[in-house]
Amino acid sequence: MSKTMFDKIWDKHVITGKPGEPQLIYVDLHLLHEVTSPQAFEGLRENHRKVRRTDKTFATMDHNVPTVDIFNIQDEIARKQIDTLQKNAKEFGVRLAGMGDEDQGIIHVIGPQLGLTQPGMVIVCGDSHTATHGAFGSIAFGIGTSEVEHVLATQTIWQTKPKTMGIHVHGKLPRGVYAKDIIMGIIAREGVAFGTGYAAEFYGDTIANMSMEERMTLCNMAIEGGAKVGTIRPDQTTFDYVRGRKYAPKNIDKAIAYWQQFKTDDEAAFDKVIDFDVNDLAPYVTWGTNPGMAVPVDQRFPEIKDEDDRKAYDYIGLKPGEKATEIPIKWAFFGSCTNGRLSDLKIAAQILKGHHIAEGLTAWVVPGSRTIKEKAEEIGLDKIFKDAGCEWREPGCSACLGMNPDHVPAGIHCASTSNRNFEGRQGAGSRTHLASPAMVAAAAIHGHFIDLRKQEA
Amino acid sequence: MEKINIIQSTSIPIMRDNIDTDQLIPKQFLKNILKTGYGKNLFYDWRYERPNKPNPDFILNKPERQGAEILIAGENFGCGSSREHAVWALKDWGFRVVIAGGYSDIFYMNSTKNGFLAITLPKDQREILAQAAPNEKITVDLPNQTVTFRDHQFSFEIDPLWKHKFVNGLDDIAITMNYEQQIKDYEAQIPDFG
Repeated sequence: MSKTMFDKIWDKHVITGKPGEPQLIYVDLHLLHEVTSPQAFEGLRENHRKVRRTDKTFATMDHNVPTVDIFNIQDEIARKQIDTLQKNAKEFGVRLAGMGDEDQGIIHVIGPQLGLTQPGMVIVCGDSHTATHGAFGSIAFGIGTSEVEHVLATQTIWQTKPKTMGIHVHGKLPRGVYAKDIIMGIIAREGVAFGTGYAAEFYGDTIANMSMEERMTLCNMAIEGGAKVGTIRPDQTTFDYVRGRKYAPKNIDKAIAYWQQFKTDDEAAFDKVIDFDVNDLAPYVTWGTNPGMAVPVDQRFPEIKDEDDRKAYDYIGLKPGEKATEIPIKWAFFGSCTNGRLSDLKIAAQILKGHHIAEGLTAWVVPGSRTIKEKAEEIGLDKIFKDAGCEWREPGCSACLGMNPDHVPAGIHCASTSNRNFEGRQGAGSRTHLASPAMVAAAAIHGHFIDLRKQEA
Repeated sequence: MEKINIIQSTSIPIMRDNIDTDQLIPKQFLKNILKTGYGKNLFYDWRYERPNKPNPDFILNKPERQGAEILIAGENFGCGSSREHAVWALKDWGFRVVIAGGYSDIFYMNSTKNGFLAITLPKDQREILAQAAPNEKITVDLPNQTVTFRDHQFSFEIDPLWKHKFVNGLDDIAITMNYEQQIKDYEAQIPDFG
């Protein structure tokens, strides 16, 4: 019987349990951050338990960290969480990229950057955007704090095997249209729960031609469609990316030979297949309060069809029939585990170069990691952003979720490269409009979104 | 973990679809390092007009609804962030059961770790339950997998392993530690590429 890549990786990790029932799965990499780990370490302490495999565990600080003066944490409770992780890492012997460390950054950015993320692995983290790591051909998913404690203590997790869904993405992206638009387009068409209960695999010529960073953007937002796992078959692009990184296998050629086995035999192996043609794809922008409430930039916002739509329009301050080009953008946010990587910053900088952001608009650029910040500065991206009137900040999750002081004010429309436009996500009353880095850069210049496809090359 | 068998309680209906974990407990309340104390901020943005000023129209604030242990909701409950604080907040407020049309996978797993029962029932059945007056009780019988209200009785599905855990109040880590030898054997055969 033909198998999916997901089946092959899963089957290699089962310790006990029958298919269809919860099975005990081995975890190859456990990533930690300050927000969802304190109660887990406390649980270990109360029960006199240890971290079973410190060599398969890695921690950083990202959700709460300031992006202006990193050693000046104003919020007492945030500081307590950061101090607690530092203390826990030391006490339990867990590797930590702490404040100011060259490896510090958003956990889903640094995992791949450090070569911790590898094909064929089972990777977990107390954060739903763990799906990002699936771009390397791994099974990666978010877990809750009790599960974090369980993995710390046992290096395993109880999971019922999900069904599998193939997402066939094919065609050539038009100019001005990016990986972000693909995943936003899929969620807009299929809804925010289409992937619930499924592990998704993206495949097709469009995917094969993508860089690792683009693949990560795609898998990162699988969870916004309900799929807690989003994967892509590892190929030469993947292997080239992993090779030579700090924690990549030393015997990389042998590892690559092993990783080659992780591929789906044929489409028939999936429980469900959906098809997505990108040849005529437009840039997407969200108008509402979940990532599925999105339209192509040249189309009008939909009519109100239920109570959810009515509440979303009320919150966001827009009306059916309007267009994304009419939203008065006063804030722009570049960053997050979706679009805070070097290539994302390059694309945004390319558009901003020689321009200035609109009068009265605030724009924050928050690199995904310290390494990305330094690399960007080496090639002068910081100067381009600053010359355009943007604030160039320190790495972290920042205004993607506004746990640190980086909040978008109430009532303000923010063009954002992040992943969630929930009510209050970027700050109480803030109005988030998700889009690609290129679209956000253009919106920052014009004070409203534009159709990038119509721009001169 | 607290055991669950039969829960007989009043209820609160919030029939919106896609209630995400940012709505259940906004991020400004995730900075605590404890598992308790989140209940007062459950549904914070809907529940308060401004800090310390409850919205009297929101159902959780109505005096006649206090003490309800059953929440009835729409489709895709608990979507979004993985924060287990969402389950802790629901429990801390006093809920022991949610009855919705479906759940995000991560929320569901979190509920199983905290003795918080997440039941799936179709819309027509939930709409009947949502008619319960503030003082009318609904009975959730986990061993028999039924929800009873007036002369209606609905059956629900639950994985036998989760049911066993709920009914007996078992701790996951203690269960898993019984598999220590299998875990060791597994670790011994993991390929090592240095």
